[in-house]
Amino acid sequence: MSSPVAGTFRGIKNTGVGLATTLRAFLGRNITEQYPEYKHPVMPRFRGRHKLHLHANGLEKCVGCSLCAAACPSDCIRVVAAENTPEHRVSAGERYAQVYEINMSRCIFCGYCEMACPFDAITLGNDWELADLNRDQMIYTKDMLLADPPTRDAVGMDRRAVTRQDADLDSPIPVWLEETVARERAQRSATDRSAKR
Amino acid sequence: MTIGEVIGLFLKAFIIANVVMVVFAMMTWIERRLLSFFQYRLGPNRVGPFGILQPIADLMKLIRKENFRPNSVSAVMHLVAPIVTLFFALAVFSVIPFGDQDWNLFGWHTPPGMAPDLPVGVIFAIALSGLGGYGVIVGGWASNSKYALLGALRACAQLISYEVALTLSLLPIIMMTQSLSMAQIADGHAAWSMGGWHPWFIVWAPVGFVIFLLSALAEANRAPFDHAEAEQELVGGFHTEYGGLRYAAFANAEYLHLLAISAIGVTFFLGGTSIPWMPDANAGLDLLSFFVKMAIFLFLFIWIRATVPRLRYDRLMRFGWKALLPLATLQVLATAFIVVKGWGHA
Repeated sequence: MSSPVAGTFRGIKNTGVGLATTLRAFLGRNITEQYPEYKHPVMPRFRGRHKLHLHANGLEKCVGCSLCAAACPSDCIRVVAAENTPEHRVSAGERYAQVYEINMSRCIFCGYCEMACPFDAITLGNDWELADLNRDQMIYTKDMLLADPPTRDAVGMDRRAVTRQDADLDSPIPVWLEETVARERAQRSATDRSAKR
Repeated sequence: MTIGEVIGLFLKAFIIANVVMVVFAMMTWIERRLLSFFQYRLGPNRVGPFGILQPIADLMKLIRKENFRPNSVSAVMHLVAPIVTLFFALAVFSVIPFGDQDWNLFGWHTPPGMAPDLPVGVIFAIALSGLGGYGVIVGGWASNSKYALLGALRACAQLISYEVALTLSLLPIIMMTQSLSMAQIADGHAAWSMGGWHPWFIVWAPVGFVIFLLSALAEANRAPFDHAEAEQELVGGFHTEYGGLRYAAFANAEYLHLLAISAIGVTFFLGGTSIPWMPDANAGLDLLSFFVKMAIFLFLFIWIRATVPRLRYDRLMRFGWKALLPLATLQVLATAFIVVKGWGHA
């Protein structure tokens, strides 16, 4: 049990330290990103909206094997396969996906479908602004997944994702910390002259 | 009192009440923005330039809300509580001397402040701000909800405890100015000199100032003493069962308390309308000076809210009774010594 006087001084000191800390925050730069205007860039391998791919000759890569649906932990992929015929050839294999649906409101973007696919027919793109106005629209059909991702969302806002370009990739530092890290590095090199190369 | 003076007074009351309401609306926005800056954020910046129209958006939202009343509440009391709280919070401004020049409204001169300068203005102001607590207690009780009742009980106990320290912290200045009139107290520091200087009373009673600041926080239900509406424990405290404009009335009253207590602090400790090194300020500058000093208080309150977490309730009580009260008493005794000895009396 410390004495009341010591406790008082400690309390005043600690309150002062706290006030100084918040004042530094007040004077410092804010880290808010103004979202609809500024979109935080995602990494190229960021897992977002799915895409289905075509071969160069226009045939679908998907052969309707349902391995993606089997791998899916949230069970949100539905594949109904059908036989290719010489008159009606859709994919390069024996069969093709007659129905390919992903329920985006259940998808957890784990990327297991991408890994399970033997033909790289399905990949996860970068787009992440997937909100829509009702649940039915959250079930993405094969046509939607084959086409280029839409650029506008349900209310007309730009929904394209911003991906980090090659020049940014070597830095694992989040954008909002770059200034802090740069300052700390500068301080460190100023105090430790021997570290200068 | 001529009919002209009566009309002038009403006009003045109308102006001040409306200005105070506009300042309240701006305060809600300023507080949210400043708190954001303290937390590396930006705060509401979307409605209008810099988000300055945010209070209007908030008001529109609150007006359009359903004016609901839970089944179990005491209907009349539930309705009356926010009105009472708001009325008493607004009434405090009747004795605040915003400017020391006589206001000239259409040729009628009225004394400083909203009402005629009351000879017992200080007691009036403290009594009214204390009465504001009744609205809180009635609201919490009438809500027939345990959270509201607990919030009201806490508000009641806290108000009683810190009212004592608050009044005692003002007592040294009342003793030095030998007056209870707010206008005379605001100018009172001219009668006391410290080596040729006439410093504000904050220099004469620094401990009193700190005690005033802390008990003002408790009086206005501000963090870190916001136990009456401790969100994490009591949902919304005494206004848990309120929504829409009735809730807005409570929020309004809370900010008006804050403004009033800042104005009282400026009057007592920061020399009212006086400007340092400018003893002959003209009528425009005295209002400006008063509001700048009020802004300093308000910034301090927001800064403290952004920094200090809420005290535990028993520690709040212990702090009030065992720390602030004896310190305030010591300050009163020290000031009494100075006054009796006549040191520094010009």
